[in-house]
Amino acid sequence: MTDMASLMEDRAAAKVISDNLHKPVDWDSPKIARNIKKRYAAERRFKFYGLSAIGIALLALFVLAGSIGSKGYSAFFQTYVQLEVTFDAAEIDPDGTGDPAVIGKANFDGLIKQALRDRFPEVTSRQAKRDLYGIVSGGASYDLRERVMENPGLIGQTRKVWLISGDDFDMLNKGYISADVDEGSRRLNDEEIAWYDSLKSDGAVEKHFHTRFFTNGDSREPELAGIWGAAVGSLYTLMVTLALSFPIGVFAAVYLEEFAPKNRFTTIVEVNINNLAAVPSIVFGLLGLEVYLNVMHLPRSAPVVGGLTLALMTLPTIIIASRAAIKAVPPSIRQAALGLGASPVQTVTHHVLPLAMPGILTGTIIGMAQALGETAPLLMIGMVAFIVDIPGGALDPATVLPVQIYLWADSPERAFVEKTSAAIMVLLAFLVLMNGFAVYLRKKFERKW
Amino acid sequence: MSLSFLLLAVAALCALSFYFGRQRAIALSGGRYSNLHSLPAHYGMYVALWCGLPALLLVIVWHVFQGSIIEAMIISDLPAEITGDTGKLSLALNSISLIAAGNGQHLSVSPEIIDAGRRLASLQTIANAALVVVMLAVATTGIALSYRKIDPDMRARNNVERISRWIMITCSAIAILSTVGIVFSLMFEAIHFFSKVSPLEFLFGLEWSPQTAIRADQVASDGAFGAIPLFVGTLLITLIAMAVAVPVGLFSAIYMGEYASSKFRAVAKPALEILAGVPTVVYGFFAALTVAPFLRDNGAILGLDVSSESALAAGLVMGVMIIPFVSSLSDDVMSQVPQSLRDGSYGLGATKSETIRHVIFPAALPGIVGAVLLAVSRAIGETMIVVMAAGLAANMTVNPLQAVTTVTVQIVTLLVGDQEFDSAKTLSAFALGLVLFLVTLGLNVFALKVVQKYREKYD
Amino acid sequence: MAAVSQSAMTAQPSVASPKMTARDLNLSYGDNQALFDVNLDIVERQVTALIGPSGCGKSTFLRCMNRMNDTIDGVTIKGEVTLDGRDIYDKRIDVVQLRARIGMVFQKPNPFPKTIYDNVAYGPRIHGLVNSRDELDQIVMTSLERAGLLKEVKDRLQSPATGLSGGQQQRLCIARAVAVSPEVILMDEPCSALDPIATAKVEELIDELRSNYTIVIVTHSMQQAARVSQRTAFFHLGKLVEVGETDQIFTNPKDERTKGYITGRFG
Repeated sequence: MTDMASLMEDRAAAKVISDNLHKPVDWDSPKIARNIKKRYAAERRFKFYGLSAIGIALLALFVLAGSIGSKGYSAFFQTYVQLEVTFDAAEIDPDGTGDPAVIGKANFDGLIKQALRDRFPEVTSRQAKRDLYGIVSGGASYDLRERVMENPGLIGQTRKVWLISGDDFDMLNKGYISADVDEGSRRLNDEEIAWYDSLKSDGAVEKHFHTRFFTNGDSREPELAGIWGAAVGSLYTLMVTLALSFPIGVFAAVYLEEFAPKNRFTTIVEVNINNLAAVPSIVFGLLGLEVYLNVMHLPRSAPVVGGLTLALMTLPTIIIASRAAIKAVPPSIRQAALGLGASPVQTVTHHVLPLAMPGILTGTIIGMAQALGETAPLLMIGMVAFIVDIPGGALDPATVLPVQIYLWADSPERAFVEKTSAAIMVLLAFLVLMNGFAVYLRKKFERKW
Repeated sequence: MSLSFLLLAVAALCALSFYFGRQRAIALSGGRYSNLHSLPAHYGMYVALWCGLPALLLVIVWHVFQGSIIEAMIISDLPAEITGDTGKLSLALNSISLIAAGNGQHLSVSPEIIDAGRRLASLQTIANAALVVVMLAVATTGIALSYRKIDPDMRARNNVERISRWIMITCSAIAILSTVGIVFSLMFEAIHFFSKVSPLEFLFGLEWSPQTAIRADQVASDGAFGAIPLFVGTLLITLIAMAVAVPVGLFSAIYMGEYASSKFRAVAKPALEILAGVPTVVYGFFAALTVAPFLRDNGAILGLDVSSESALAAGLVMGVMIIPFVSSLSDDVMSQVPQSLRDGSYGLGATKSETIRHVIFPAALPGIVGAVLLAVSRAIGETMIVVMAAGLAANMTVNPLQAVTTVTVQIVTLLVGDQEFDSAKTLSAFALGLVLFLVTLGLNVFALKVVQKYREKYD
Repeated sequence: MAAVSQSAMTAQPSVASPKMTARDLNLSYGDNQALFDVNLDIVERQVTALIGPSGCGKSTFLRCMNRMNDTIDGVTIKGEVTLDGRDIYDKRIDVVQLRARIGMVFQKPNPFPKTIYDNVAYGPRIHGLVNSRDELDQIVMTSLERAGLLKEVKDRLQSPATGLSGGQQQRLCIARAVAVSPEVILMDEPCSALDPIATAKVEELIDELRSNYTIVIVTHSMQQAARVSQRTAFFHLGKLVEVGETDQIFTNPKDERTKGYITGRFG
């Protein structure tokens, strides 16, 4: 077949189709109608997938919040047991000196044990007695001492006193330990549960708001453990982080956005910052361990080292946010200032920075919120130690809130589960506050140029 | 406390010198500022910078070196039998620093150590006092020199601006410095490690048990540091996380961007962002105490043997964590597809889903791939969820119901607690860290490039 | 006020058996009214040009004719637009079908990031117009031929459409619209992003397409309107000022504003 012939044929075929083509499609034909139906079904399905994806994400959030909230709310309350304590003068202050030094050294623990034995005189065996003493927390004696020190008139009297209970007893009262479970597989035996029932029927078991949780440092005893130490550690750490990363971040952002010539150096810096933002946080921990601890011999577990490590980590966040904020300031403002004879530095400090400041602050707060929630790098530099004392400064050994959560989550005692959840609630509350403030700043100073 | 006191002192000196510098400039101007080259405040700044900067630098340098110098001095005085053995030495140094801090009463150690402890305490006191003296000297010298230079013709503003420009350049360089710092500190210890264990063994070995290596000493270290099980575990968990995060994140982004009313978006978007703001330790707790037991119990009902530290639990929760990451990145990417393409498709009578599937998604694909790669890098580097919810046992398995361990879990376990920088066990953490850093860096560089290229296409 | 009543008189919307009509069409974006009581008839198998200064509402009006404004939030439309006598804003009208019957070509060429073939095949595929690959091939070929593009792209149907030149891209977009056998083709300044040679080709194409399709074209260029259209409608500040035979509008406009625009006194 010649080319010409095939071309003719093509043309002919094209003509046929061509004629078909401008014949309007019969949109009411059953085939088209079926097709349309199918397409709308696909449309609905697709939309449903999208909606269910959001549903799944929100459900996860809901379950997460729900599981933490339901586990943790009870930690804000603590079981107290009322006992009749005899403030035996012979025990506390045998010579009647009234000297606080003498009173302070008295065996208040013994008084409590005596009170327990008096309440349950039927308990005689050693093992049972030990169980009995577990009703009241080891920390109760300190409360008792304080009470007597404040009011020495108590000595020699017998008073009904609310004493903080031990953790197992607390768990029982909060319903986490069920009496229906087989005795062997629960933390408390039948006898202990009988004591609880007896006290409960006397109205001698109550839940009070658990102030200690907010004022104490860490402790091996769940009922005495609090988050204050970790909170203070977090505060010091964040202070160091902020003091370093904010000025450095803003300076770097200003330089890169306003002054830097477009050369190799600035390109490298830019690529670097973007990549640093995506480096796993644990790598910063390794850096901190090697540089701050091994090379510089800074103190282990100290907030200053944590702060230094987190500062490097938050730096990219702050730089990127600050650059965006600076870039958003329109060039006309710079031109106006430069046109009046201001130097470039004056232009930036007087005009650009103040206008960019809300954006910079928003970015900084978000960076700080990230730092507050960060755990992994701090494990590397030893901020996981068990620390009871409230840190007094950035060089004292300390831990931070998320690490405290990690430590408690690892503890075997049942009571630490609620403490962990409660600590998470506190941490989340801080984060919500910080992010809320950032959103507020953004909304308040949002500007359309 | 002494450090913050020092910094406060420097700040106070700066404020003072600013005041005096400014006063002097005003005095020299004879009341007419136009006689001055710069504003009086610039002269003040000039003096303040000369006071503060050298002093600050001194404090930093001093703190960098003080520890190692004093330690070297202490070690040089210790008997050879202690310094000869690294294990004994680190023990001795530990006790010495305890004694120096006043916490060594309960230690039963040799008199040399006690002496060394006392010496350390006195050296530290001396060093701190010396720092204060030297710093004050430096600061006042700076003030004196710059104060005398003040002259109505001096270009104070230009000087101040030049100095501040250098400060800014230094700050920008810190970004590079931290990358360099990361590379060097990882390389340094990793090389150390590879001198004990061959890199091939490490990268391709099938058995990981660093604990036995330390007991049997160097001999048994062969074969115990094969990191393949860790890589497999990491990949398994990452895969599970991606299987959750990519479809859910992508479809959320599509719904938010193309279907949702602005009212719905105003509520749902921040809610999704909350997921991104939850600290990872919280997810870890959630995975370990809620999801893992849930899976185990339900698995038991179905007759499946689900480990209580299953890869599935960690992976699922990690997936949830990454959902907002994927969704916000792909939302960004898809919103950059020009409206004209949407119009073109709608104009032909396509439905929304057809437009999304056939036009928007293919157009946004490179950007979405970039976003997914960034998410993968994040999953690989994620630590707390796996530390709390995945196991320690280095099982070579791809069964998501079993316990696996990951690179990050091992780094944490190897470095939390006692660290001995001469044992392969501790050093292996740095080798793992190096691998982690290189892999995530590679992913990030590649992904950022892809996204960047994509952005340029539609700019 | 006098001008308004005059314009109401001079605008002669009604023709016999129009393909499309607009009656008392009002449109606002939120509180901003963009169209005021537009009445216009579109004659079958003719090119109708919509002219007027920027922001006069001609593009907005065009987008009302295949309900593309539906995709924009906050738009309210009152009045009636009909196709073959049926109101296209009727609830029973399926917008997906409607847009297949009334195709659209946009200001900037917007080929999908797919192959040339897939661009043209997109419409027939989604609407399920073909039963076999051969049929699809033929539709693609004919559409490309109609758009005067077949010769140029015959050998690279499987290469990406984004590699074509601007003018070729725009003709591809026309081929893409033609492939679903529309009855009306709306063109929104189809040549504004093209160079003069490509513009000439597209104009030629529009003239050829007229024999099979009803075409409405928005244009900035009065010369273009004069060259390609049979009827011209002049819009000003959201109102239809005057409509008539193109010759009449350009040689003997009845309205002062039309005259002013045509002679270049504003616009």
